Amino acid sequence: MELLDILLSASFWAAAIRIASPLIFATIGELICERAGVLNLGIEGIMVAGAFAGWISVWAGLPLWGGVAVALIVGMAFGLLHSVLSVPFGLSQHVVGVGITLLATSVTFYTYRVVLPEVSSPPKIEAFQPFEIPLFSDIPLLGPALFSQTPLTYAAFVMAGLTAFVLFRTPLGLAVRAAGENPSAVAAQGLSVTAIRMGAVIVGSGLMAVGGAFLTMSAFDSFFFDMVGGRGWICIALVVFGAWRPGKALLGAILFAAFDALQIRVQQASLGTVIPYQIFLMMPYVLSILALVLMSRSAQVPAALMVPFNKGTR
Amino acid sequence: MSALETGAERADPVLRMQGITKRFGSVTANEDISFSLHKGEVIALLGENGAGKTTLMNILFGQYSADKGVVEAFGTPLPAGAPRAALDAGVGMVHQHFTLADNLTVWENIALGTQELGAFSLRPARVKAKTRDLSARFHLTVDPDARVGALTVGERQRVEILKALYREAKVLILDEPTAVLTPQETDALFATLREAISMGLSIVFISHKLHEVMAIAHRVLVLRHGRLVAEREIGDTNAEELASIMVGGEVRAPEVPALPAGPALLTLTGATAGVLQDVDLTLNAGQITGIAGVSGNGQGALSDLISGVLTLQSGEMQIAGQTPTHWDARTAIAHGVGRIPEDRHKAGTIADFDLTENAILETYQTDFSRAGWMDWTKARRHTEHLIQTYDVRCPGPDTPIRLLSGGNMQKLILGRVLEENPQIIVANQPVRGLDIGAVNYVHSRLAAARESGSAILLISEDLDEIMKLSDKIHVISEGRLSPAFLRGALSVAEIGKWMAGQGFAHAS
Ligand SMILES: Nc1ncnc2c1ncn2[C@@H]1O[C@H](COP(=O)(O)OP(=O)(O)OP(=O)(O)O)[C@@H](O)[C@H]1O
Ligand SMILES: [Mg+2]
Repeated sequence: MELLDILLSASFWAAAIRIASPLIFATIGELICERAGVLNLGIEGIMVAGAFAGWISVWAGLPLWGGVAVALIVGMAFGLLHSVLSVPFGLSQHVVGVGITLLATSVTFYTYRVVLPEVSSPPKIEAFQPFEIPLFSDIPLLGPALFSQTPLTYAAFVMAGLTAFVLFRTPLGLAVRAAGENPSAVAAQGLSVTAIRMGAVIVGSGLMAVGGAFLTMSAFDSFFFDMVGGRGWICIALVVFGAWRPGKALLGAILFAAFDALQIRVQQASLGTVIPYQIFLMMPYVLSILALVLMSRSAQVPAALMVPFNKGTR
Repeated sequence: MSALETGAERADPVLRMQGITKRFGSVTANEDISFSLHKGEVIALLGENGAGKTTLMNILFGQYSADKGVVEAFGTPLPAGAPRAALDAGVGMVHQHFTLADNLTVWENIALGTQELGAFSLRPARVKAKTRDLSARFHLTVDPDARVGALTVGERQRVEILKALYREAKVLILDEPTAVLTPQETDALFATLREAISMGLSIVFISHKLHEVMAIAHRVLVLRHGRLVAEREIGDTNAEELASIMVGGEVRAPEVPALPAGPALLTLTGATAGVLQDVDLTLNAGQITGIAGVSGNGQGALSDLISGVLTLQSGEMQIAGQTPTHWDARTAIAHGVGRIPEDRHKAGTIADFDLTENAILETYQTDFSRAGWMDWTKARRHTEHLIQTYDVRCPGPDTPIRLLSGGNMQKLILGRVLEENPQIIVANQPVRGLDIGAVNYVHSRLAAARESGSAILLISEDLDEIMKLSDKIHVISEGRLSPAFLRGALSVAEIGKWMAGQGFAHAS
């Protein structure tokens, strides 16, 4: 069976993990925002900005990790803007989020044209290279799939684990979860809902930008205008799919990425000659919608998601 | 505690509020209020709905900042608008509307905000152990691992108190803690509070129930229209005096003599729906039918069934002798069923809608629209009429309803229902959280509706209320309904037996 061969090949899973990495960063970023009660629709634009910022910094001479840091900071800056508008000012989170996406995307394209006025094709950078983790990379199937990735992929997994730990095991995480459940409970215990929510949006947005930067600095080595291509929206769905839990969200991202990788391979295989390739392109999306419908039934939405909180009012 | 000691402590109040003034737009919620609280003392705060009790306590706790005045705890001033400072100074507050995160466990709610945000661990074992310890010491039984969303109202309240005790609060502010409790739960709460007082805690207690105030308070403060109008030692006063100070005049409960039954307007025969099992009930015109029982025994299902929210699984329902082919909320309203819901926040109102929108929620299609367009002028006039007739204290018909005090919200709902001249009125805990004046007012309105021929179903946990108003009484227990007894036919003790489930022939 052709399909079985694909599913059992290490290269297929290696590709899936690679495709999943930017999704993991951005999904976890969105998850942090939503756990605190803020829907961040700026995600798509922030990913674009992060992809560009990281890449252009490296092109300008910064080391790779320096580029990641720049992307993080740019993302946090957009997060700051989002959170000021959506938290203390309590503006509609839909409007603010879509606004941030439009702003971040257009600022990116503008900067691109300003920095690189003449070029017809974007310059390439020396991107992150796979790093084989000794011993582990020798495990059959799992080794090449999981332990021969770029450092940024490892960072994505570590970050997902760290987020889960902070959210469920530390006082800070408890405060974030409570802010998304019932902000009055947080205020009544003497904590600042505003600070917690703003902090979550800023950190979350930073991670989204790193997710974007993965595309230009690890998956590819250059920047193209439509390279984010709706991944941000996928991540919003993945948060729901993951029932607002980092572990499940991570699995969701891998699942989606696996469908994506499968789609490419099936297209190339013999089946691809019979069925129009657009069907395969659709597959990950259709399957994720299906999974979403099945999974999200039992999911617990943070009760105060999108509910603004103002001190001193009722 | 000896007289001498008391004298010494009197010199050093644990808490002092001085010259507190707070305005919301044109409403003066608090005006120049001063008082102090001493160690081991219980102060009761009394006042009509909207008198400013909650506002004053929110200022004390730092949730609101006062326009004028100072708050001092143990001799040091508290910064305005900072609950953190109040908590650190040992002030704990149980809010009128609970401040718990439903999706978190009990211990998580308790731990929230008590630890350094930079810490690497929540130390669940320690939090739970301390919680269990406090639970045992203060008779506040609750499972630390339970999800708060799954708890009963009484349990949630225990969690709220535990939250304060966990922080080693020395002052407890309790804003209408008993409004949502069953009489049994209230007794348990009082046992806890007495324990706390004996350990040297001081308490500010808000309630509309004067017998509770007389039972637990040492001193009473009465607010009226935002001003402190009286201060009494409990020994120097009585319930009647307090009531009349509160409303600024004599308080007279309406006399409601029992009346004979009119024609049956609604009959349930062998009705089973939700938790209800095999219920027989007749609502007669010109009568109040009382349902006594501890809440959570099927009262909600009963009122849902009659108002068309719940459908019948088996058995029969007749409206004025006829079996309706179809029964939902809209048909129920069309058949003249009016409903005063139990939880005015959940089912009765939409918080962000203004008074006008809330006033016409059930009738906007029939009475306030022409050819598909809303007639807002008419709706506003109607709302102004309701505000006037039912004495709803508010800035005007455009105020969002969430800004009203609980009692005033209830009056608006009452007006909304009664103005439709309903044939059948389902009143589920209609006076919960209302002040005495408002309670009497609601009762006299219900009595008037009865006189004009409506059939009224009165559901209440308050036996006094049931026995005073009802022409006939049923007791509900675990979804079963006792036969009807005429007013006075059953003693309190006998009703208690039915409530405990004794007397039901086919006990399951
Ligand atoms: N945040 C707010 N904005 C506007 N008005 C408010 C606000 N909070 C309270 N009020 C108004 O202040 C007045 C006092 O309200 P408060 O809640 O203190 O009354 P209360 O004595 O606690 O009444 P109840 O017994 O019904 O709980 C009311 O008229 C209320 O509408
Ligand atoms: Mg109040």
